[in-house]
Amino acid sequence: MKFDTPATTNPIDRLAVVGKPTPRIDGPLKTTGTAPYAYERHDAVPDAAYGYIVGSAIAKGRIAAMDLADAKAAPGVLAVVTAETAGPLGKGKMNTATLLGGPEIEHYHQAVALVVAESFEQARAAARLVRVTYDRADGSFDLAHAKDGATKPEDGKSDSNVGDFTGAFAAAPVTLDETYTTPDQTHAMMEPHATVAAWDGDRLTVWLSNQMIAWTAGDLARTLKMPKEKVRLISLFVGGGFGGKLFLRADTVLAALGARAAGRPVKVALQRPLIANNTTHRPATIQRIRIGAERDGTITAIAHESWSGNLPGGDPETAVDQTKLLYAGANRLTALRLARLDLPEGNAMRAPGEAPGMMALEIAMDEMAEKLGLDPVEFRIRNDTQVDPVQPDRPFSQRQLVECLRRGADRFGWSKRNARPGQSRDGRWLTGLGVAAAFRNNLLTKSAARVRLDKQGRVTVETDMTDIGTGSYTIIAQTAAEMMGVGLDRVTVRLGDSSFPASAGSGGQWGANNSTAGVYAACVKLREAVAGRLGFNSADAVFADGEVRAGNRSIPLAQAAGDNGLAAEDGIEYGDLDKRYQQSTFGAHFVEVGVDAATAEIRVRRMLAVCAAGRILNPLSARSQVIGAMTMGVGAALMEELAVDRRAGFFVNHDLAGYEVPVHADIPHQEVIFLDETDPISSPMKAKGVGELGLCGVGAAIANAVYNATGVRVRDYPVTLDKLLDRMPEVG
Amino acid sequence: MRPFTYERASSPAAAAEAVRRTPDARFIAGGTNLLDLMKLEIETPVHLVDVNGLKLDSVEPTPEGGLRIGALVRNTDLAADPRVRRDYGVLSRALLAGASGQLRNKATTAGNLLQRTRCPYFYDTNQPCNKRRPGSGCAAIGGFSRQLAVIGGSDTCIATHPSDMAVAMRVLDATVETVKPDGATRIIPIVDFHRLPDDTPHIETALEHGELITAVTLPKPAGGAQIYRKVRDRASYAFALVSVAAIVQPDGSGRVALGGVAPKPWRAEDAEAEMPRGAKAVAARLLADAKPTHDNAFKLPLVERTLGAVLAEAKG
Repeated sequence: MKFDTPATTNPIDRLAVVGKPTPRIDGPLKTTGTAPYAYERHDAVPDAAYGYIVGSAIAKGRIAAMDLADAKAAPGVLAVVTAETAGPLGKGKMNTATLLGGPEIEHYHQAVALVVAESFEQARAAARLVRVTYDRADGSFDLAHAKDGATKPEDGKSDSNVGDFTGAFAAAPVTLDETYTTPDQTHAMMEPHATVAAWDGDRLTVWLSNQMIAWTAGDLARTLKMPKEKVRLISLFVGGGFGGKLFLRADTVLAALGARAAGRPVKVALQRPLIANNTTHRPATIQRIRIGAERDGTITAIAHESWSGNLPGGDPETAVDQTKLLYAGANRLTALRLARLDLPEGNAMRAPGEAPGMMALEIAMDEMAEKLGLDPVEFRIRNDTQVDPVQPDRPFSQRQLVECLRRGADRFGWSKRNARPGQSRDGRWLTGLGVAAAFRNNLLTKSAARVRLDKQGRVTVETDMTDIGTGSYTIIAQTAAEMMGVGLDRVTVRLGDSSFPASAGSGGQWGANNSTAGVYAACVKLREAVAGRLGFNSADAVFADGEVRAGNRSIPLAQAAGDNGLAAEDGIEYGDLDKRYQQSTFGAHFVEVGVDAATAEIRVRRMLAVCAAGRILNPLSARSQVIGAMTMGVGAALMEELAVDRRAGFFVNHDLAGYEVPVHADIPHQEVIFLDETDPISSPMKAKGVGELGLCGVGAAIANAVYNATGVRVRDYPVTLDKLLDRMPEVG
Repeated sequence: MRPFTYERASSPAAAAEAVRRTPDARFIAGGTNLLDLMKLEIETPVHLVDVNGLKLDSVEPTPEGGLRIGALVRNTDLAADPRVRRDYGVLSRALLAGASGQLRNKATTAGNLLQRTRCPYFYDTNQPCNKRRPGSGCAAIGGFSRQLAVIGGSDTCIATHPSDMAVAMRVLDATVETVKPDGATRIIPIVDFHRLPDDTPHIETALEHGELITAVTLPKPAGGAQIYRKVRDRASYAFALVSVAAIVQPDGSGRVALGGVAPKPWRAEDAEAEMPRGAKAVAARLLADAKPTHDNAFKLPLVERTLGAVLAEAKG
């Protein structure tokens, strides 16, 4: 189905099932511990051997020699795989460094060997006996140092220049020119990357934990130099991905190679201490923001430049993109620069681009509001735009930023905020309020599904869409139930299998709208098949209560299906609506913090997110996504930082004791409000993404609240007590 | 797999003798630290002697009016003991500031004293670490050291001791009772129990090989306001950047020990003489010989400020 004109009224608009707060249909499996995760697929592969990865001990250089004799002779060892023994390997399109290193080493903890043994413990013990001699080479490990040598990335898409920024900034009566930094971060998902691999002749099946089945199937085939048709991927449940599982990673490649070498199925989970350096991470950024405004608060000039680093061939963190779209201003400049670093490869993590970009931009807006003597909510409202400021002939399909800010300010009690910082105290706590806009683009990408109707009237949906804990199973079931006029209990959803039609997958908050639109398209086709079989005009047929009705005829769906059932496959494809309109999601984050007057410990007291993100398909799972995203925002603001050892070139705190993410005690009270919105430009579902919107802006709202509480402006994340201490009040 | 043997000891002395017989043997009680370290192959014992059955799990009053805490009393039980809560509040508070409920249910009193550093370089077996591999060097010096020691370290090691409980034990003047393989017992004052690294950072306590902790004894209650204040980036389940254990008497005198700043609980009795003069004076004496790194220099003002808040709280 081609979607190239705005949606009109369609069966989803009945909202008999879609739009209702609906508990997850897979909830009982998870709460009873019976949802099968990749590493636990004993049901599918009862006899898997265990693989254990050896990670490189150096960041850059070459393997001079490997001594495998002791490892091979160790008890229970079935095979040892290295780059030398693996045979020729390709590289996935989405991978920057190779997934099995050697002799070249591209980053710390790059996999250099897999040891396969009868038991996990045997594999682990033998892995320690793999002796690797390295020739260490110097590398570039410090972004601040490498920044000056950074270059414009090849695609240059993030660079923009409108009007005369330099002139307008110089002429502006009120200006801000500040630099902000965000650190390297790791996804820290609960479930590690894990795979069980089994060969059947020249055919390979992998059970894995992955967000993007079609991408990964292609890259696995490419890496193993085999036809894509001969690989099958199955990812039924994912215990957190956050962008870390968008791609083929070492667990899958090495499980496949290990299974080939051992002649039997092999399972591999990345060891926790390997994950931060072996896999991808969010790259650190250095961001310079300049804003010029008239005294009334009208922005006349805005510039956002960002520097990040990556391995050769890697991409920059696109931290400036929201600044092209979020606020008005006649003269504008954005630029991205990429430095070469020999740290592990940077890639997507939790709202890549906008999450760190908004962390900087929305502090800058708070600082600018203060310079102007304006309330930060009012300053943002004053610079709203209903069109793309870079291409003013493109309106936003929907843009309720102002409503989000106003509604949130009212709900949160924003008017009680004292604009002078450091004035509010509650016992030992200095308290403060902070606000930030939320912004994340809505991406359209094709997505397909197959829908079957059987003779019992049951509907089964098959698509390679993944559920990464977000609720995909449930919203897809809601969509099919709505379209076919049956209850949720009559719908079965099967996901995460590469033998199913290719979906949008899960990432960039594009999963919900696109994958359900694909299911919508398949259901439209199935409705036509049903109507055709019954001799109904499909435009007149009404599907409701398990029946198909037209005129005065009413026939049970089960009967329409016939003994052999009916099936239909289709997908959604998009025309140029996203060129003619800018599609984005908007929100506002409000935060209250307390800062201990003596120790400068920062604790969030309450948070509110107001979101305008199209039709909310399931308010219950959408809320869960947003509060989870807000929690990630707390982590990014207050504690998450991969510490770089700039001598040896690696992330030092590479386990969950050293890399802190929020615990329950850090998250006292969260509220989420969804504004009523349908966006007919986005898809027949009239929905958009919402998960990552819940993250974009949170960090700055917290940093701004800390400023309001203490009068200390921290521009280097995370905002930790050591950055406040010397400007805190005397202890008395 | 890396094989090890296992036995359940029948008596404290037999346990000590069982460990003595095998150079690479370890006692195991709660296992909350040892098992993690074994999985990472930082600890590689060839023999484990399980002491959980030794009935060292009661808290008894002593003739001197104190409490004798069995080595195997779990952190949860010790924190909840009514006598501890009433008379040794700083200990109960320190215990509850540590780890998580699940870990405290398993972790023992003796094991808590013996837990090993959380220095990230100690945990990464690719990196040199004099504590893990004597003589290999220290990657933490000149590396990422935000959590590490500002005082008491050496040119070979700047690891901190991670325990909260031990800081309270130090301020309470606890003593550690042990039994040796030959059945002899001895009493080690807590001040002498943990060693500074000097040039042997792998030797962390005064215990001899095979010597088993049987109890930790508290003297009679010290009275006063008893406060444990742990400062950290997140609200729970994190090691201290700095912690302060304090006992403050109504006249302003008292005792102070610090956690998170040194390879052992840090206390200087001469600094306590400054308590009536306030936090600044006490902190200056406590940290007079501090050698912080760029990453952890903030701990010095943080100690002073935290101590200031603790003394203010004690005043009421």
